[in-house]
Amino acid sequence: MAFGMAGKRRRKTVMTIHAAQDLPRLSVSGDAQTSRVVAEGPWTIFHSEVLEAALADLAMPHTAKVILDLSRLNGLDTAGAWLLHRLQAELEFHGSRVVVTGLEGSYRALLTEVEQHHPPEWVPERHPLSLVRVLEMTGRQVVEICKDAVAVLHIVGSMVTVLSGVFVRPRCLRLKSVANQFDRSCIGAVPIVMLMSFLIGAIISQQGGFYLKQFGADIYVVDLAGVLVLREIGVILTAIMVAGRSGSAFTAELGSMKMREEIDALHVIGLHVTEVLVIPRLLALILALPVLTFLSDLAALFGAGLVSWLYLDIPPRVFIDLMQVAVSTDTLLVGLVKAPFMALIIGLVACVEGMKVSGSAESLGRHTTLSVVKAIFMVIVVDGLFAIFFSSIGI
Amino acid sequence: MANPLNDPLTHAQSRSDDDVILRARGVTVGFGPVLVLKDLDLDVRKREILGFVGGSGTGKSVLMRAILGLTPRRAGDIEVFGVNLRDAGPEERLAVERRWGVLFQQGALFSSLNVRQNIQVPMREHMRMSERLMDELALLKLEMVGLPRSAAEKFPSELSGGMIKRASLARSLALDPELVFLDEPTAGLDPIGAASFDALILKLRETLGLTVYMVTHDLDSLHSICDRVAVLGEKKVLRTGTIEELMRFDNAWVQSYFNGERALRRV
Ligand SMILES: Nc1ncnc2c1ncn2[C@@H]1O[C@H](COP(=O)(O)OP(=O)(O)OP(=O)(O)O)[C@@H](O)[C@H]1O
Ligand SMILES: [Mg+2]
Repeated sequence: MAFGMAGKRRRKTVMTIHAAQDLPRLSVSGDAQTSRVVAEGPWTIFHSEVLEAALADLAMPHTAKVILDLSRLNGLDTAGAWLLHRLQAELEFHGSRVVVTGLEGSYRALLTEVEQHHPPEWVPERHPLSLVRVLEMTGRQVVEICKDAVAVLHIVGSMVTVLSGVFVRPRCLRLKSVANQFDRSCIGAVPIVMLMSFLIGAIISQQGGFYLKQFGADIYVVDLAGVLVLREIGVILTAIMVAGRSGSAFTAELGSMKMREEIDALHVIGLHVTEVLVIPRLLALILALPVLTFLSDLAALFGAGLVSWLYLDIPPRVFIDLMQVAVSTDTLLVGLVKAPFMALIIGLVACVEGMKVSGSAESLGRHTTLSVVKAIFMVIVVDGLFAIFFSSIGI
Repeated sequence: MANPLNDPLTHAQSRSDDDVILRARGVTVGFGPVLVLKDLDLDVRKREILGFVGGSGTGKSVLMRAILGLTPRRAGDIEVFGVNLRDAGPEERLAVERRWGVLFQQGALFSSLNVRQNIQVPMREHMRMSERLMDELALLKLEMVGLPRSAAEKFPSELSGGMIKRASLARSLALDPELVFLDEPTAGLDPIGAASFDALILKLRETLGLTVYMVTHDLDSLHSICDRVAVLGEKKVLRTGTIEELMRFDNAWVQSYFNGERALRRV
């Protein structure tokens, strides 16, 4: 029996390393009492596919004595040695006495080494029943949500403590750190937030104008754009952009610090992680989001005004006059008042997720994704709650 | 085996060419305006254990990374297994990469895979073999490097520093390479662990015919297993030779390294 399975090998490059024509072989011969199993060629990991196939196809001799002839081996590594060892064990299991012959010095050392580490019986991996898994996952998630809630409360609690302690100990506010974070999450976000809002404002006014023009009511575009932008769109868009920009950054920063034991280092130096890392970020975000929302409102109204002028022929003067009638300071404030709350939510979600990162790169990725998704979802939920609240108090 | 005692003290000049498994010529590496290595020559011979020493920050890790092609070189040629890595195509490069194994200074295990899966990565990517054989070989390697079987299902974040070193060595040995690069393999191991690590390297050399390129500060390793030692300093390989030869080498750093208080205390 000989096995040359060159045609079956799909990865050609494997063959370029070791001589291609030289394939390992396994053959059996012999009589009723003694059979002879001859292993030839290079028994190395590069030929593991051929070797495994050869071993699987081997007709196990059932004679009392089996001679395992290794004199014609011209290469052996741990994989090959392991397969030989396994073969020998299988032959013995079938009741044959195995005599190994023709083993050279360095091969003998390798085989002896492999024999010392006999791995346990191989069992394929099993996955538990799916129903059990579903229940288990549900349970885990419920516990997870409770833990999240506790973590959020913990952070909010420490923030209140820190803020109330400012009068006694102004240093614990870490103004420098807050300023640095503000620079990154606010100043850095200004161009993209304003550009996006400008485009959205322009689109609202173009789309609204297109339909209102059919009724000759195109000047109501000003009301539409003014109210929509100031009350809802400005703050929501900004919050979503900030969740994607700063929220993900917070999670990734805290998460990678957690992975590299930097958080633990802070602990042992005697610093409070919430005070040093979390609160400056939260404060910066709470300051940043109203500012960004205001700028976003301006940009969106500018975009709306520009399109009204070019597309609907409403000159800027008229646009401004109409706007003054359509919106009041309250309209602007309704939007702006939501911003700090949304910032708080984004920051809390991001930091809690960041602190949950465990050792692996995968978990960092997962928590960063979760942070953004959760934050955007919560922002929209909170916006809905505010809408109910404002309508019930009649603003 | 080459008898190191007969070697000329100058580095790089080897007697026969086919004996050299890794050859570096005129390697220059720099970051920004600073050159870390300048015009460096080095030869590594088949089946030898070459120890690499040098003060912290002299560029041992950088040289290793340059040989592996991870840090770009400004100039110079590196030839491994007779293949010049500069003009090797992707196929040739891959073939070379399968014949070497690397143990990074920090272990560099994949954090989202457990130890068994880490060891199986090279097998899974480069070989076609059954799940069963992969599992068996992974456990075999695990035991060969002296890790308990229970470590197989652990994730890197759950391992101790020494265990990370061993697991990472097991991964670098996954394909039974001909040349392994070890960056401070025994740093952070207890003396017994370090000694058994040394014994393991020796045993692997005996059984697998391994060539070992080892950056180390461990005087015991240098004395007990290294055939030759290369000293890195002043941006190049100052000298290679046996420890005895280096002890006679007239250089302040080398003298205080091999004949300093710590070195003498060990005898
Ligand atoms: N990516 C990099 N950018 C800039 N400089 C670098 C970079 N990597 C290394 N260096 C510099 O190159 C020099 C050599 O660093 P290297 O890590 O090789 O030291 P080493 O000899 O391995 O030291 P050790 O024994 O402490 O590990 C150092 O001065 C280091 O600052
Ligand atoms: Mg280093």
